[in-house]
Amino acid sequence: MEALFALVVGVLTASGIYLLLRGRTFPVIVGLALLGYAVNLFLFSTGGLNTHAAAVIGESITPTDPLPQALVLTAIVIGFSMTAFVVILAIRARSDLGSDHVDGQQGEDGDAPR
Amino acid sequence: MSLLWIPLLTIASIFVPVMTSRHGRKACVTATLIAPLLALGLVLLHAPAVLGGDVVSLRIPWMPLLGLDLALRIDGLTLLFSLLILGIGSLILLYAGFYLSAEEDDGRFLAYMMLFMTAMLGIAMADNLILLWLFWELTSISSFLLIGFWGHRSDARRGARMALTVTGAGGLALLAGILLIGQAVGSFAMGDVLAAGDLIRASEHYPLIVALVLLGAFTKSAQFPFHFWLPHAMAAPTPVSAFLHSATMVKAGVLLMARLNPALGDTALWAVSLSLVGLATMLYAAWFALLERDLKGILAFSTVSHLGLITLLLGLGSPLAIVAAIFHILNHATFKAALFMMVGIIDHETGTRDIDRLGALWSMMPLTGTMTILAGSAMAGFPPFNGFLSKELLFEQSLINNLLGALSIVIPLLVVVAAMLSVAYSLRLIWSLFFAEPKLTREQKALPPMKVHDPSRGMLAPGLFLAAMSLLVGLFPMTLAAPLLHAASLAVQGETTPVVSLALWHGLNLPLLMSVAAVAGGVLVLRQQRRLASIAALFPERNAGLIFEALVQRLIKVTLWLTLRLENGSLQRYQALLILSALAMAAIGLTQLESLTGERGQQPLDGMLFLGAGLMVFGAIGSALSHRWRLVSLLMLSVTGLSVSLTFVRFSAPDLALTQLSVEVASMILMILALFFLPQRPPLLVSGRRILRDLILATSLGLVVAMLNYALLTRETLTIADYFLRESVPGGGGTNVVNVILVDFRGFDTLGEITVLTLAGLATFKLLNRLRLFMPSGNIEGIRWSRHRHPLILSVVAQILLPLALLVSVYIFLRGHNQPGGGFIAGLITATALILQYMARGHDWTRERLPISYPIVAVSGLAVALATGLGSWLFGYPFLTSAFGHFHLPVVGEFELATAMLFDVGVYLAVVGAVLMILINLGRVTTVNRPTLEER
Repeated sequence: MEALFALVVGVLTASGIYLLLRGRTFPVIVGLALLGYAVNLFLFSTGGLNTHAAAVIGESITPTDPLPQALVLTAIVIGFSMTAFVVILAIRARSDLGSDHVDGQQGEDGDAPR
Repeated sequence: MSLLWIPLLTIASIFVPVMTSRHGRKACVTATLIAPLLALGLVLLHAPAVLGGDVVSLRIPWMPLLGLDLALRIDGLTLLFSLLILGIGSLILLYAGFYLSAEEDDGRFLAYMMLFMTAMLGIAMADNLILLWLFWELTSISSFLLIGFWGHRSDARRGARMALTVTGAGGLALLAGILLIGQAVGSFAMGDVLAAGDLIRASEHYPLIVALVLLGAFTKSAQFPFHFWLPHAMAAPTPVSAFLHSATMVKAGVLLMARLNPALGDTALWAVSLSLVGLATMLYAAWFALLERDLKGILAFSTVSHLGLITLLLGLGSPLAIVAAIFHILNHATFKAALFMMVGIIDHETGTRDIDRLGALWSMMPLTGTMTILAGSAMAGFPPFNGFLSKELLFEQSLINNLLGALSIVIPLLVVVAAMLSVAYSLRLIWSLFFAEPKLTREQKALPPMKVHDPSRGMLAPGLFLAAMSLLVGLFPMTLAAPLLHAASLAVQGETTPVVSLALWHGLNLPLLMSVAAVAGGVLVLRQQRRLASIAALFPERNAGLIFEALVQRLIKVTLWLTLRLENGSLQRYQALLILSALAMAAIGLTQLESLTGERGQQPLDGMLFLGAGLMVFGAIGSALSHRWRLVSLLMLSVTGLSVSLTFVRFSAPDLALTQLSVEVASMILMILALFFLPQRPPLLVSGRRILRDLILATSLGLVVAMLNYALLTRETLTIADYFLRESVPGGGGTNVVNVILVDFRGFDTLGEITVLTLAGLATFKLLNRLRLFMPSGNIEGIRWSRHRHPLILSVVAQILLPLALLVSVYIFLRGHNQPGGGFIAGLITATALILQYMARGHDWTRERLPISYPIVAVSGLAVALATGLGSWLFGYPFLTSAFGHFHLPVVGEFELATAMLFDVGVYLAVVGAVLMILINLGRVTTVNRPTLEER
């Protein structure tokens, strides 16, 4: 089970990194989201992979480690706000520079502003 | 407490000249003088106790965790330096008032001087090593401002930069040394450090500590080979040189060495490095002082030489040598400040500082001449001046040294040579300026002879006073200097301090013979000065300034080249570099493991796991492959996101699953909106090589991360979970440990997080301001958007769903402390429900019915959370301490209230506000700028 979990995290990381290295803003945003999933899963897994062991007192005999969960919970919300910021930055960059290339190259792809 | 007033007074007086300069020069100088004189008075109040051997100190904790206290002390050494800094400083302020020409900005100049005075006083008074270092750096900075005061002159700018670079770099070395000392001793308090000399000397870092501290001291006190900045600093206005480069700043280095002598001294390493460097500096600089033609240059090199003398004395290290070192600090400050003032006067009156162009000034400037003869004789070490006394002590102590074994006799011999040179350049100064005829070239002779006279009394008085002091101290050393020296020596060497007996006549002994030899030799050297200068001219001239400048330029070139290589403006390049370094570091981490699989082994697999893993892998790879078909890529991403949420369900994290689910919904809406504004199908303009590079980078990092994760998962890990699980109910009053951690144990983190969230929301406001939009009127196949903007079914369903969704979010919020749920999740559910309204009915329709300002919601959420935290202060608890209690209501029954709940309300509001702020703002842009009907 652990090997499978690690494999999934690895695939998510690899796909995220590949997208992150693309030249257009949209794939970079998607890549960031994917990388975010990978990082969250990695952090979460540091508490161990336990089934039926929610960290609620009185629900389970051996509750799992609650600390990584608390960290990941805020990480998810922060991740959303960062994604939102990058999305809006991308829109703004396209509107100001006329291109959605990450280096801000001017309209080389022919979809220049009207 | 009066100790604190001393630096406070000087700090306050930094602002005085700036405020008073428009009332004229006289008022400005007078007003500025008040604070240092008051401070001097305060210091003198403590003088009786300090002269009796007491140490007055004050300690206010500042940053206790760093070992930094606002700790001040007045002991004998501080007393001596305070007299120099405040006493000579006040005289120089007075002098500067006359020196600066009328149109110069005296307010700025005097403010810099006061800043420097504060810093220097801080070094002398600091009772904590880190505090001392802070003031040390402040002297570097303020001296940079002072040397570069005439910023329109390139030599001033260059000299200032050089002084800052050399002394600043030395300061960094000193910091490293101080930190090592603190590590060895376990405290930065001066008293602890001075008492822990044995501990430091036994420390394995001792040689390194000595090297670093001496690097700081030598650069500051212009010791060979770092002496070169001082002659270049002569570009400063003369009052600056008189203050910084004779009495104070350059003395900071020797002060530090004297101060730390009990902690670091008394070893062969310390003694040999100090005496050899001191001796070399003393000889080398005296030689150049003899050859120099610029008056200030002569004084600069002679200062370097005398600082070398003090360093040598500290290195010799015998009790009397240390007394002599302290004595010479006092003497040198007195006569050298007077001499600098003299040079300022001559420069002011004649317009030149070239010693060859000046001469026969005695008849025209008798008072200036008297001042020069007095101070110059002290510098040469003639009896009955103060310089004679300290030089005699040096001769005497150099004779009894045993530093170099059988070679030790070299030291007194070389000291006599240096003393000879010192006599020669002092006599040259007096003789050439006032008695010899100027050595003019033919053209210069054609000019009319100089008509000069003594300056006004105010300009003369400070220098004359100091020159007279050097005579008086020489005549009556036991009354004027001995008590102060005794107290200062007590501060440096404690019980081993010798009985100080100073007298001009010690009988016919070897030191006296050495003095006679030095004077005779000096006269001889002076007679041959021309010949020596022509011999020296045979050597290629080496301008330290040019060498330094070339080094700086080369450094700039190298860094520029490096910067351009690393920073070519391409985000893709930066990311590739970052990923490469992350890869390297992670890979290095893996090589440290003996085997990949740890001792815990694996748990069994089942079908559901395969299905979930398959979905995630499919979604991730799919979204990467289809990134040019953007909607498809987004759908694939959401498959992965939802599977991540299911993963959390499977592995006992219900809170995470709920959060991930609701965030997933919100971010999908966001990205679909974004898709609307971005090109739908980008052109393919990428080389195969680039794709291959990225594939290799991505897969290798993926592989390394997977291996790391696997290695981690199969090992036993140390955990602090037990604490949280044990304390959750008694300490936080809730059974859902994750939520209790968020709102209670780690509440401060959460506060930071909702702040970031709110800031991100507010930033989108600014970014969407005055946006030029790209609005396609149809999709990529040319099909126009649907005309039915608000489908009926959606509107109806949304309207019914809203109250239900709000109810659910209230439920989720309330149970959050004890069951999965809480502010974050409830906030996201509320936000989603509201967004659904906007989607179904459009921005304007919803806005009319829900006139809420989301930025205000978000900020008030932040305020509520902060107020909850601050509230615990009212009850005398630390920030964000939570309280809870059980209450009983007739109908509801037993229930529980916790302040953490209030904090969670803040979280809830911040999340709702921020998420809606972002989405509604972006969504509104589309409605406002929709293509009109005619366009379709």
